[in-house]
Amino acid sequence: MLTANNLSYRYPGGETLSFPELTCAAGETRLLLGKSGSGKTTMLQLLAGLRAPATGSVSINGQDIGRLSGTALDHFRGQNVGMIFQTAHFIRALTVGQNLELTQHLAGKSVDRDRITALLEELDLAGKAGSLPGKLSVGQQQRAAIARALVNRPAVLFADEPTSALDDENTCRVVELLQRQATAANATLLIVTHDNRLTDIIPRQTRL
Amino acid sequence: MNLLWLSWKNLTFKPLNALLSILLFALSIGLISLLLSLREQADEQFDNNLAGINLVVGAKGSPLELTLNSMYHVGYATGNIPLKQVKAFFNPKHPIVADVIPLSVGDSYRGYRIVGTIPKILEWYDAKLAQGAVWQHDFEVVVGAEVARNNGLQLGDKFKSNHGIIDEGDENNIEHDDDFTVVGILAPGATVMDQLVLTTNQTYWHSHENHADAGGDDYAGHDHAGHDHTADHAPASLMEEDPEKEITSLLVKYRNASSFQALNFPRNINENTELLAANPAYEISEVRRQFDSGQRIFGILVLAITIVSALSIFIALFSSLRERRYELALMRTMGAGRAKLFLLIITEGLLVAVIGYLLGILLSHGILSVLAANVQDDFRYTLSPWRFLAEEGWLFFAALFIGFLAAVIPAVQAARTDIAETLTTG
Repeated sequence: MLTANNLSYRYPGGETLSFPELTCAAGETRLLLGKSGSGKTTMLQLLAGLRAPATGSVSINGQDIGRLSGTALDHFRGQNVGMIFQTAHFIRALTVGQNLELTQHLAGKSVDRDRITALLEELDLAGKAGSLPGKLSVGQQQRAAIARALVNRPAVLFADEPTSALDDENTCRVVELLQRQATAANATLLIVTHDNRLTDIIPRQTRL
Repeated sequence: MNLLWLSWKNLTFKPLNALLSILLFALSIGLISLLLSLREQADEQFDNNLAGINLVVGAKGSPLELTLNSMYHVGYATGNIPLKQVKAFFNPKHPIVADVIPLSVGDSYRGYRIVGTIPKILEWYDAKLAQGAVWQHDFEVVVGAEVARNNGLQLGDKFKSNHGIIDEGDENNIEHDDDFTVVGILAPGATVMDQLVLTTNQTYWHSHENHADAGGDDYAGHDHAGHDHTADHAPASLMEEDPEKEITSLLVKYRNASSFQALNFPRNINENTELLAANPAYEISEVRRQFDSGQRIFGILVLAITIVSALSIFIALFSSLRERRYELALMRTMGAGRAKLFLLIITEGLLVAVIGYLLGILLSHGILSVLAANVQDDFRYTLSPWRFLAEEGWLFFAALFIGFLAAVIPAVQAARTDIAETLTTG
């Protein structure tokens, strides 16, 4: 469950940007569409509590994240929000498996190796748990990043251009996987994209 | 899965980045620990060898040389003194002198010095016999623990002495012809006694007369005569010997070291007699003063290295932060608070410090064990290379503090990571 009311953001330069209302039910998948430079990423960051809005509020699972501050917000994010970025980044010194373990650990959850193994298998990364992220292909890295976003069964899953680096076949697989996982966890999936391949697959769309 | 583990992973992922910091830190810790150990052990050695001796009396020359030669058995004697000049010191009713020990030095056995003296010296230095008995007759010797160990000497063994202070393996030495017999071996102590060969004062006269007499033509007979002659000698009867006979020096204990007469005693001797009197405590404090000024310069060097090593930790962490900006932002999105990122970087600084500390301590004690082998021969100075000081424990906390200090600015920087900004531009 994700809602955003009356959101606006003032850039350090003074320019202010207003964002549309947003209400997503649990288990729902929605696309956030817009040209580049339209503020898609900024809205995503507001929704994830990575930036503070000038006006308005964001609520995740009934919690107004504007009321959380500092460590409490970091902790809440770790437990309830999964994020997938345009480019996959990892803790480079840790293996894929260790990265996922760290994700569970940082969210304050106990390390669940079965969950990690199962996820990696589903994402066609079985056997890659012991590899350093730098040794994986770009597609594998992106799937590993998805595994990391999903590992804690978040209430909301934010994906920022998750398919921009993938070919058509992988795009379909990834979107299908994201949707399946989100549905299984009853999580809201919000995909920020300008990738037209996705508009045909996902009907619920909000435009900036 | 904790911060320490994560820090360790980060550190070992690119080990070359941290290597310079660790080596510099190890160097600085190593030098400090080396300095502390050397000073501590030198002080101890000096103090142990003072043995309550208030005054050293010998031939005119340098008082420092006299002290070093008579008490620490390094360097050369200032000369010899005839017994008649020092008779007064042996007077049991002497108002100032409580007790006195005569020394005759100048010969050696495989680099270890042979000292002609009386058994009382063992009491003064608190030395105990491990085996055998004290020397009573000429050419009987009691050897120090180290002399016995390094030369494999046993009770009853015989050896010949070298004339002069000669290092082992010198081909051009002059050997005296008489055999010394080991009658006792000392238990190890922390004094110079460990490294001496002790015998009677009279032994020196015999062995040296041999040379002077006849170029060593009939020494077998002479040797026997010597033994027969001295069989009657108790060492205490030195005063009954020919007053023209010479010894090297006297070690003197006062009745009351703080009395007015005692304070003026050395000056009286130096001004009114042909003898030289030196206050060993004073001479040693002079040596220490020289030592200290050397240490100060060394200390500045060490300080400079420490600062550079702290800077190097700082720079290494700071530049790794630039590369890991995105990682840190990622950790924030994964639920790690600012405090956690701060602690992560601090832990990395502390890890470098701890590894550097351990290497440094290893380095310093490694150097000490190499030094130990060398200084023992040259300076009659026993080093225990693997003895650790309480100060080295404190050094550990100092190391942690430096590690913390070097990491604190990068850590603040890490804690301030702007997630949104980093993730957008990264």
